[in-house]
Amino acid sequence: MEFFNNHKKLFGTALALFVALTIIVAILPAINNQQNNAPLPNAVELSEEAFLGKKSFIANGCVACHTQQVRNVDMDKIWGNRPGIAADYAGIARTGLWINTATLMGTERTGPDLTNVGVRQPSAAWNLLHLYQPRTVVEQSIMPAYPWLFETKEELNEDDVEVIVPDEFRKGVKGKIVASKEALHLVAYLQSLKQTPLPDGKPASDFLYQKKKQESDNAQSDQPSLLPDGNLLYVNNCQACHQANGEGLKGAFPPLKGSTVVLGDDLELFVNIIMLGYDARPEYATMNAVGLDNKLTPEEVTAIINHEKTSWGNNAKTVTLEEVNKIVEYINVTAKK
Amino acid sequence: MENNALLSETGIIITLVLIVIPVIAALLIVIYKIYGIVNGLVRKRELEKFNEYLKGLSQEEVKQLEQRKRELEFALSNNELAGDIKLSDSRGLLASINSAEELRFVEKKKKSQPRPYIEPKLSRLILWYLGCAVFWLIFGTTVGEYVGIKFVAPDVDHISWLSFGRLRPVHTNAVFWGWASMAMMGLAYYVVPRISNAPLASIKTGYYTLVLINISVILGSITLMAGINNGGGEYREYIWPVMVLFGIGIILSIWNFIKTIARRSNKEIYVSNWYIISAMMFLLVIAVVAYWPGWQNGLGETIVQGYYMHQGVGMWFMLFNLGLMYYFLPQQLNKPIYSYSLGILAFWAQILFYTLIGTHHFIFSAIPWWLQTIAIVGSAGMVIPVVAGTTNFLMTFNGSWHKLSGSYTLPFYLIGIIFYFTGSLQGTAEAFRFTNLIWHFTDFTIAHSHLTMYGIITFMLWGFIYTLVPRLTGKEPSQIIVGAHFWLALIGLLFYTFPLMYGATLRGLMWMEGTKSFIESVELMAPYWLWRAIGGSLMWLSHILFAYNFYVMVKSKEKIGIPLSPAEILVAKEELESKL
Repeated sequence: MEFFNNHKKLFGTALALFVALTIIVAILPAINNQQNNAPLPNAVELSEEAFLGKKSFIANGCVACHTQQVRNVDMDKIWGNRPGIAADYAGIARTGLWINTATLMGTERTGPDLTNVGVRQPSAAWNLLHLYQPRTVVEQSIMPAYPWLFETKEELNEDDVEVIVPDEFRKGVKGKIVASKEALHLVAYLQSLKQTPLPDGKPASDFLYQKKKQESDNAQSDQPSLLPDGNLLYVNNCQACHQANGEGLKGAFPPLKGSTVVLGDDLELFVNIIMLGYDARPEYATMNAVGLDNKLTPEEVTAIINHEKTSWGNNAKTVTLEEVNKIVEYINVTAKK
Repeated sequence: MENNALLSETGIIITLVLIVIPVIAALLIVIYKIYGIVNGLVRKRELEKFNEYLKGLSQEEVKQLEQRKRELEFALSNNELAGDIKLSDSRGLLASINSAEELRFVEKKKKSQPRPYIEPKLSRLILWYLGCAVFWLIFGTTVGEYVGIKFVAPDVDHISWLSFGRLRPVHTNAVFWGWASMAMMGLAYYVVPRISNAPLASIKTGYYTLVLINISVILGSITLMAGINNGGGEYREYIWPVMVLFGIGIILSIWNFIKTIARRSNKEIYVSNWYIISAMMFLLVIAVVAYWPGWQNGLGETIVQGYYMHQGVGMWFMLFNLGLMYYFLPQQLNKPIYSYSLGILAFWAQILFYTLIGTHHFIFSAIPWWLQTIAIVGSAGMVIPVVAGTTNFLMTFNGSWHKLSGSYTLPFYLIGIIFYFTGSLQGTAEAFRFTNLIWHFTDFTIAHSHLTMYGIITFMLWGFIYTLVPRLTGKEPSQIIVGAHFWLALIGLLFYTFPLMYGATLRGLMWMEGTKSFIESVELMAPYWLWRAIGGSLMWLSHILFAYNFYVMVKSKEKIGIPLSPAEILVAKEELESKL
């Protein structure tokens, strides 16, 4: 056939077909998405520090292990309150002369998703320590350590942020470990990663592939004593700082083992700390509003409290859902004002 | 999730079948061996019985046997007709008489075919390409090995330039643009002029491309380690000035090849050249789409990323290698390709379906649902070119299977073809929505990319290189070391991928279950990551052997040969006398 024996026609046709398909399947959808989506009205732009932190995030290739997308499937529920939508990424433009737009959606989840990490783990002290050496706070972690983002100094300057590192991880470091600008920026970026709530009245789309409600869920309404798994909730919400053994970290996070708050009878104080955070003890880092930020339900708070009261040798009287419910309701009402 | 429900999912079934194919092949071999052992035992029993019978043999029976023995041993003396005259072969009818001289530990494989005439300058260019490719293979997989070790020992170093996030793209890009691309280009510099039956338009241009690609990969690796990258999209990590160098290199060589094809002395353009030239043109399109800033904002970046990373794999590496396969396979088997038309069908089907499937890396993401569906449909359509290609290659093999055992290159071809089938279809199965739930974001993807980029592309390239280089240099590697290279690479690949796929499935199921914390899914993977490191080490070791073989094929000293044939003896005598 003439067509097959003429290199111009043959290669020209193949190229034309490929380019046409490319335009239809990549370029037009890309342009369409770029033009027809805008950030949510209540979306917060990255601060200057956070933007520099994002650049550091890109430079160190964090996206190789951390995704930033909440898919609309049930298993992704733990990473955000709603599935990600185009508007979540619409505000992201070219990063710089050398660097392309970076939505940092990622394709590997060797480590946790970071879409909402600013809500889940906002503590600067925890993040800095975790960056310096992840295994100080999460024993099983395989994340790289980033000691080169920190300096050692003999004397602290006024605006220096010191990181208290447990002795076993200091390994020959003398002096005080101080976070560099870059580390602070990176933490600012991580703290800025929060899912923007949809504007009032707009329901989020559903998560797909919901698990069928288990029978125990039905039974729950009859038996209020059946609470969620307190241990799992503790691991997901508390353990990063207070540690698996409940002993916390010296100089950073207080122990729960033998703690007066945990063992004592002042339930209102206990619930308040879980829901609203705590900053009354200068020798420890500030605790954020874990309960409020992560929208913990009274059932979950009760489960956590009972887990903490009865673990690591703690042996205090457990509490009931009703008691906690009252306090949480009150907190939720006042917090909204 | 109930186990039964899991096993009724199409995607899972397909994947299991694909995994089972190579395993069944191995099992068959094992069964055959066991059958041999059992058979041996049975025969031994029989022998014992027979010995009993021997002991009871009578004088009479022994005599009869001796008589019969003499009768049967009667033979002519072989010179009844010729008498005692000395034999001669005045017309040289008897040639290449083999005699078993030495003890053979391994079967003697066929030597490479006699070399056709290739311009020495062109030979040099091709060897430079392949040599650089070998270097980047060693470099890239050394980095890969180190990165794999970091999963097991995250604190092995604390140097910013060597941290995981920076080294990972160094590994992927070095093996992509350094090893595979460079090797493909080198082989194309042989294939394109050869099947055009015309001299290459410009050898000098070939060197420009060589230098540009090398500079691009060197600069790319350095910038990545220094923390300068394009923003994190996979295989798009080199910043644009680095990628521009690569692109210019490809443009120069396209120009060079098309000019060569235009000068061809035969009428047809053999299908290899369709694949090769198209792959190069498409790579440029892909790169421009990927780096042009006009459509990258917001989700545009993600859509382009999906398109880019998959077209890079399918339209550059796969298409190019298929083109090379259509040349080298018939060549090695010394017979025409089974069906030329199937090759053409596969070509157009590949363009049609492959172009559509990019966004299947972002199933369930915020990308428009219809685009995800198109990608899934396109992935299913990939069955057509893959089955067409595999059928074509296997049918070409058909009738020549005996050559497999006598050749040190063909096993590489066969493994490449088998993985072409299983690896590609595994990709189809992974694109389904349900399988995405389990496997997306897990190490299953890593296993898949190694089954394909390594099992298909790299094995094919090794086959081609072992075929071509001895023809260029006239020197062959030791077949034992080639065999060791083959088996280490293959076993390493299986050790690498199977545990990773198994562990990743467990991890995905754990995530779906939702009753365990995330960190437990990290702990779960630890043994499988260790297996991966072990498999990776075997693969790495095989590359060292490959590099050594390449060295032997190119640089080894000529062995001092003692002339054996009459012609050689006479030439040697003349040379010796002229020196005196």
